[in-house]
Amino acid sequence: MTQPPTTRREFLTGAGAGGLGMIALAELLTRDGLLGPRQALAAETPTATIDLAVQQPLAPRPPHFSPRARNCIFIFLDGGPSQMDLFDPKPKLRELHGQPLPESMLENVRFAFINKHAPLKASPRSFRRYGECGMEFSDLLPHLATCADDLCMVRTIVTEQFNHHPAQLMMQCGQGKLGLPAMGSWITYGLGSESQNLPGYVVLAGGRGTSGAATLWQSGFLSSSHAGVLFRTRGEPVLNLSNPPGLPRALRRRGLDALADLNQAHFERMRDPEIHSRIASYELAFRMQAAATQLGDLSGESPHTLDAYGVDREDWKIKVKRDGGPGQYRDFATNCLLARRLVERGVRFVNIFHGFWDHHENVDGELPFYTGMVDQPIAALIQDLKQRGLFDETLLVIGSEFGRTPLGQGAAGRDHHPYAFTMLLAGGGIRGGHTHGETDEIGWAPVRDPVHVNDLHATLLHLFGLDHVRLTYRFRGLDQRLTTVTRESRVVPELLS
Amino acid sequence: MPQRADRIIASMSVAMAALATLVCAPAVRGGPIDFVRDVQPILNSRCLGCHNGVKGAGGLRLLERGDVLGEAESGSRPVVPGKPEGSELLRRVASNDAADRMPADGEPLSPREIETIRQWIAEGAVWPVHWAFRAVERPRVPRAPGAAWARTPLDRFVLVRLAAANVQPAPEANRTTLLRRLHLDLAGLPPTPDEADEFIADASPGAYEKLIDRLLASPRFGERWGRHWLDLARYADTDGYEVDGPRPNAWHYRDWVIGAINEDLPFDRFTLEQLAGDLLPEATPREHLATAFHRQTLTNNEGGADQEEYRVEAVIDRVNTTATVWLGLTVGCTQCHDHPYEPLSQREFYGLFAFFNNADESQVRLPATGEEEYHVRKAEHERALEELRRELESASAEQRPRLEQRIRERERRAPRDPAVRLDVMAERVEPRTTYIFDRGNFLRPIRDAVVPPGGIGVLHALKPGNETRVDRLDLARWIVDPANPLTARVAVNQIWQHLFGRGLVRTPDNFGLNGDPPTHPELLDWLAAEWVGRAFSSSEARDRGWRIEDRGAKHKEQSPKHQPWSRKRLIRLIVTSAAYRQSAQHRPALAEIDPRNGLLHRQNRFRVEAEIVRDLHLAASGLLAEKIGGPSVFPPFSADLKRIDFRSDLEWNTSTGADRYRRGMYTFFKRTLPHPNLTMFDCPMADATAVERARSNTPLHALITLNNEVFVEAARAFAVRVLCGEKCDDDAARLTRAFQLAVTRLPSEGERARLLTFLDENRKWYAERPEEAAKLVADQPFADVAPAELAAWISTSSVILNLDEFITRE
Repeated sequence: MTQPPTTRREFLTGAGAGGLGMIALAELLTRDGLLGPRQALAAETPTATIDLAVQQPLAPRPPHFSPRARNCIFIFLDGGPSQMDLFDPKPKLRELHGQPLPESMLENVRFAFINKHAPLKASPRSFRRYGECGMEFSDLLPHLATCADDLCMVRTIVTEQFNHHPAQLMMQCGQGKLGLPAMGSWITYGLGSESQNLPGYVVLAGGRGTSGAATLWQSGFLSSSHAGVLFRTRGEPVLNLSNPPGLPRALRRRGLDALADLNQAHFERMRDPEIHSRIASYELAFRMQAAATQLGDLSGESPHTLDAYGVDREDWKIKVKRDGGPGQYRDFATNCLLARRLVERGVRFVNIFHGFWDHHENVDGELPFYTGMVDQPIAALIQDLKQRGLFDETLLVIGSEFGRTPLGQGAAGRDHHPYAFTMLLAGGGIRGGHTHGETDEIGWAPVRDPVHVNDLHATLLHLFGLDHVRLTYRFRGLDQRLTTVTRESRVVPELLS
Repeated sequence: MPQRADRIIASMSVAMAALATLVCAPAVRGGPIDFVRDVQPILNSRCLGCHNGVKGAGGLRLLERGDVLGEAESGSRPVVPGKPEGSELLRRVASNDAADRMPADGEPLSPREIETIRQWIAEGAVWPVHWAFRAVERPRVPRAPGAAWARTPLDRFVLVRLAAANVQPAPEANRTTLLRRLHLDLAGLPPTPDEADEFIADASPGAYEKLIDRLLASPRFGERWGRHWLDLARYADTDGYEVDGPRPNAWHYRDWVIGAINEDLPFDRFTLEQLAGDLLPEATPREHLATAFHRQTLTNNEGGADQEEYRVEAVIDRVNTTATVWLGLTVGCTQCHDHPYEPLSQREFYGLFAFFNNADESQVRLPATGEEEYHVRKAEHERALEELRRELESASAEQRPRLEQRIRERERRAPRDPAVRLDVMAERVEPRTTYIFDRGNFLRPIRDAVVPPGGIGVLHALKPGNETRVDRLDLARWIVDPANPLTARVAVNQIWQHLFGRGLVRTPDNFGLNGDPPTHPELLDWLAAEWVGRAFSSSEARDRGWRIEDRGAKHKEQSPKHQPWSRKRLIRLIVTSAAYRQSAQHRPALAEIDPRNGLLHRQNRFRVEAEIVRDLHLAASGLLAEKIGGPSVFPPFSADLKRIDFRSDLEWNTSTGADRYRRGMYTFFKRTLPHPNLTMFDCPMADATAVERARSNTPLHALITLNNEVFVEAARAFAVRVLCGEKCDDDAARLTRAFQLAVTRLPSEGERARLLTFLDENRKWYAERPEEAAKLVADQPFADVAPAELAAWISTSSVILNLDEFITRE
């Protein structure tokens, strides 16, 4: 260029850009209102600046076969809720209350804290059957119980880890080890995401944090594009989302225009497509700023919806240890509502984490605080998804890293139990109203249909149209997969509708 | 999946390049069979699914030549060299009987594949040892067409492949690019404007080499290359797992690494100290400290965790890490069973395990400065106390309370030992017995499978110094034995990777049968031979190995050019090459022939690492603190992030003063909640050794460098730096300076004009909105400039500091 161009239009045409330059030019001119009526929304959301699929790791990709689910909401109740106080009634425990387990059952058993000769502990809860299917719930979950016919209750989940962090990793990443991608990362790696304005894998956290913290939504050996992005319930929804004070959005837009022009000029020299990816990333970031802010703005939700989720509920006044501070009821309800808003916008995978269900000392006293927190919002989420026609394509998973022992710990607690625990599934492709598997009369181990955590993973991937054996990534000389290369995992057909 | 597709395209391109170089065609195309090129792919894709090291269907595995020569379970011989008709393998794949034919599942082999196998057997069934397991032999430097381009022997190897593909090398990058490239590669920081001026003005023929030597001598070199090593060492400041408690002294090891690299401790010695420093004769505290390499394993202090389980876990990690870092082998599979695709057995895994099973976690007392003074004061203190106590003995009843009080006060004032106690490894007095664990489960040791410490059979023999007690020092010496075919190749590849963005072997963690072959095998071997030094024969080397501790000193006297295992020497060799000096400009015409640049037809351009993203912003804005080493620091961190951590007791007291502006590598690394500015840019999580970093490109990067507190602060300081800089009295000159501060080169006319336009837009904007200007300027009052003017420059600076080029090494 001999003469310095004075306008951006000149600059761009002067740069003699190829196809991309021309598209970008049209877009920039539209944005400037030079080629047509300028609408606020059009200026906010440029549509075709760059082919986003070019090196865009989150561009949608087809599954291996026809999917049943498009999105997933996985509600992770960190710490290990007590299945025999919520989902898996064991009347026999009343009879045996206070007695030790027979020696024959204790071979090869390991616990975190208790002595294996601790006495059995009965549940003080009462159970009833609900819905046409007659699924059993304890009195602590009256709202969820009304969704019985939509839920699939798996009573025989088996894990291999009995400490929190490793067990959480096993549930999230397939093995009790650090450095592996979470399920949400695997799914966005396999399928990309349909949302162009929000990350493909979003994490919502509340209550007392989890044992695993950020390791639970890491992308491991996959690109960090597939890592979960933490959205916050309070404050700016995404870290670094807000422009610095004094640099408002309209000016930022102009800055990004200048930036795109300069990057484009450098592309003309270097011809590295990665520069176009960078331009696209900045545009996406700009759109994300609007989209994420909009996402967190609940003012458009009807009072009825807000009520149904219980967004304005106060915390129950129960004295609870390790509760994570005030406002948890609101946080959890808000997270459930945000989860719906996220899948509505095409976000592939939403992980809600909520701690802390680790009731070693007072399960009877503290469990009601937590069930009171989650029961209503989860039921509302199911109803809401159904009303909006999202239920059939959204897979809902509710569970934890393990369950709790039928043996008591101290006066009123229970220890970790990896040998059989309960999880709930619902939505996209799931067989509603089905109770799967059976544990023995004290709830120690499955007597029928055990479901290993990796089998659950295989099943969940299957619902997304992904074959867990084919969804691989080569790392350390192995075709790594969520269900691990060392175990032959299987899809559990009985869970599918 | 894009990555898979990449790999396929990459291997296709290699294959295409190989095709292009073919002088004689294989098999049905005539000419002799090349096992690796023609036969192995058939075995891998069609046979190894069943006939591997784990399944070994029918008692047959197909990993090495020896596997096919003996009698199989059926009594027949799979391969009789020279006799296709007597070879069961050929009979089975060619059989017309579907029940008899191999592969048992799936399509039969194609006639062409069958013919390839037949010809291979007929020609003697040559099955060479896998390239990476063969001893390194120094290849002859080839004669290459267009050799005038070559600046080093290295370049001739590159030229040969380029010429075969009929591709010209790229022209040399311009001087500014070379300057910035070298600064980023060797120091991880951009050149200062003065450094840039000096280099650009230096027309002497040795200017480039002078620049290299200056950078190699800079202590920044140790930081830059130390951080690469810390990725391998899985270095962090906390324990990991749920409790994730701090390791307040972990940084001493980090500083050891920086120091060792700055001193250019030869790589063999560097290895010995880290794997077995405690076992060296008369080991110094610093040599003990080096063993903290293997104290970077995770510790699980979660309530109720089985400590033996996690001790074993750490030992396993030490085995895996050692094998990956030095040998480029993935031995992880063999914890549970023999390796399916590599000639590595479960027994060998436990042979390596035994070395580390005999090492315990321990501490060493590191003398500190002020220690002499401490000893003097301590002796003084004790003398004074003694005296008081004597007085007390003979004191009267009324004197006693006063004296007792004085003694108590004295005791409280005891001088503190300035020495720190550091976590290291130490050999156990009583060795543990190592058993193979059934399926890798530590709860199921196989009592009759006791395994002594030992090496890997497919490599050179491990010859211990003392047969009765084989220890980690023997292992370390075995690793750096020049007869070891892997160590030098693997380390050279790691270094190459940091200078070209990718290794010559694209699977730097896997040099086994299942990894990628090198793009330039002879070049890799030549570099390895050149590095280790041809002066050593194997026996001589072993000899030296025993006394390698004397060698450092001895070789310091020699010119650094001949120092074996010198990291600096190797780097110098590579960066002086014409291959390294190529432009990184893409050539669209080559996008199909060589999309991944396997031919090295240009330099690669790539986004810098997480820490360097931060460093560049701090350096360009003039905020960067110079200090090297010391305790880790706490740059701003979003306070509410603590809530996602269950323990919520992370003490993140944001550093003040200079410590707020330290290089990214000094950021306190909490394993379960690492700083997002690091992890978002693919800094590894320090949970396992990381031989390679991803280079993602996500919108969240943009949000960080546009909006994050640290980066906004940098933009402010950058604007002030530009505004009050010398030689800048008008906008154009200031924008030029700003551009240079950021990306070293001068802006084009167009670029400068575009920035000017934007600067003016900003001026108008802020002139009308003084309240916004005041907010952006924040607490950066700059008396000579109106807030609106400064705000306009801050906003413009933010654009410059977000250029793709700014965080890209070209």
